[in-house]
Amino acid sequence: MSSVLYDTPGPRAKQRNVLFSVLFTVLLALLLWWVWQKMDDKDQLTSALWKPFIESEAWTTYLLPGLANTLKAASLAMVIALPMGAVFGIARLSDHRWVRGVAGTVVEFFRAIPVLLLILFANEFYARSTDVGSADRPLYAVVTGLVLYNAAVLAEVVRAGILSLPRGQTEAAYAIGLRKGQTMSSILLPQAVTAMLPAIVSQLVVIVKDTALGGVMIGFTELLNSRGTLAANYANVIPSFIVVAAMYIVLNFLLTSFASWLEKRLRRSKKSTGAVLGAEDMEELNPAAVGGTFGTGGEGGGLPGARTYT
Amino acid sequence: MTVKLTALSAVGSLVWGTLLAAMRVSPVPLMRGFGTFYVNVVRNIPLTVIILFSSLGLADIFGATMGSDDFAVQGFRLAVLGLAGYTAAFVCEAIRSGINTVPMGQAEAARAIGLSFTQTLTLVVLPQAFRSVIGPLANVLIALTKNTTVAAAIGVAEAAYLMKTMIENEAQTLLIGAVFAFGFVVLTLPTGLILGWLGKRLAVKR
Repeated sequence: MSSVLYDTPGPRAKQRNVLFSVLFTVLLALLLWWVWQKMDDKDQLTSALWKPFIESEAWTTYLLPGLANTLKAASLAMVIALPMGAVFGIARLSDHRWVRGVAGTVVEFFRAIPVLLLILFANEFYARSTDVGSADRPLYAVVTGLVLYNAAVLAEVVRAGILSLPRGQTEAAYAIGLRKGQTMSSILLPQAVTAMLPAIVSQLVVIVKDTALGGVMIGFTELLNSRGTLAANYANVIPSFIVVAAMYIVLNFLLTSFASWLEKRLRRSKKSTGAVLGAEDMEELNPAAVGGTFGTGGEGGGLPGARTYT
Repeated sequence: MTVKLTALSAVGSLVWGTLLAAMRVSPVPLMRGFGTFYVNVVRNIPLTVIILFSSLGLADIFGATMGSDDFAVQGFRLAVLGLAGYTAAFVCEAIRSGINTVPMGQAEAARAIGLSFTQTLTLVVLPQAFRSVIGPLANVLIALTKNTTVAAAIGVAEAAYLMKTMIENEAQTLLIGAVFAFGFVVLTLPTGLILGWLGKRLAVKR
């Protein structure tokens, strides 16, 4: 195992690496042992606290309905946000300055505001100005907040996706006499959607994570909120947190793996123009929350930021 | 309060994130494994879960007082801890991608003149990497600014918490919402612009 940053280890370096490994293991083990000890001290390891998770009742009453609500809110938000994002993304590329300006302002505005504020505001708005029942209100509010924010983010994804296509595509379409609308709908969008898919799937991860906000702040009974009820019932705060966190990790890990699989597959297939917009290219194409253009000008455009996230 | 939360968590996550990034490229397999594990786990948990856990789990069950008995101070420190731990994963990814943009020749030259791994990393590669990741780091900082609202979940009196209380007690929902929204636009927009400008200025010219 060697990399640019260090030589292939010789005998002394190998020894040193082993030494570091041992040291690090000891430190890690100490940390783990300390955590274990603490948990033991506070009686968090007794089987009574963990038992609910191997019985079906805890799952069917709390966790699974919570998970279902999480998924429901996330998918609803995604389904509504996607067309909205597409509309705004295309509007930002419009030839008319006022359409571009309005769409740009809306997108930048909603991207600059925390989702939580949007959710809180939507909740209050529904409570006062509409007759949405109080049972449905949290779901509505969460979905509204997520839609507003993610439509803005997806608008940027769409814009970046369309911009990532070679210019020749548009020019060829004009050359064979297609109108602007036709070019967009039959030439650019189909290709852009394929290019955007991985980035869109990664945005799903963000949406899933953000549903948890609604659970805590406005009492939407999703996974995190059900955890609270569950913990209140069985008095197992720590185990329930660990289980719920594991559920989120598995769910999101599946989504991320799916996204990267998709990306790889799309890069491989010869049918597309080869322009694939990975989650990572996003940061570079549209620096979050600012209209400005600051690529960092790294080599070959390969400067992946973390990824799109809230 | 929002600004204070942001600043403290930013510093914390920068330090921890850089350490994690160093671990992820280090020659010791175990450290690499730990770094990867941490990033993957933390990145996939909602921040809300982390913040809530730091309050309900760490404080209530384990009795982590964070050196203060005052409930408000304690909540604030726990929020900083949670935010820093969460953001560090993203900082780590940004820095690691920055390390990848530093040309191979730089690290090779450093090794050729006999620098050790630590020296290569701290003297040659990281300084260049940092300059090239100012853009992505600015994004992380902006996201962090927005993420501080989550601290409202454990009752830290930052923007979202204030807005929730105000909106529930006052009549002008729309006005209050607009004011807070505007506040965030004011906070995040200049951050992005200034850091973007800085990033362009400091970028290593090649």
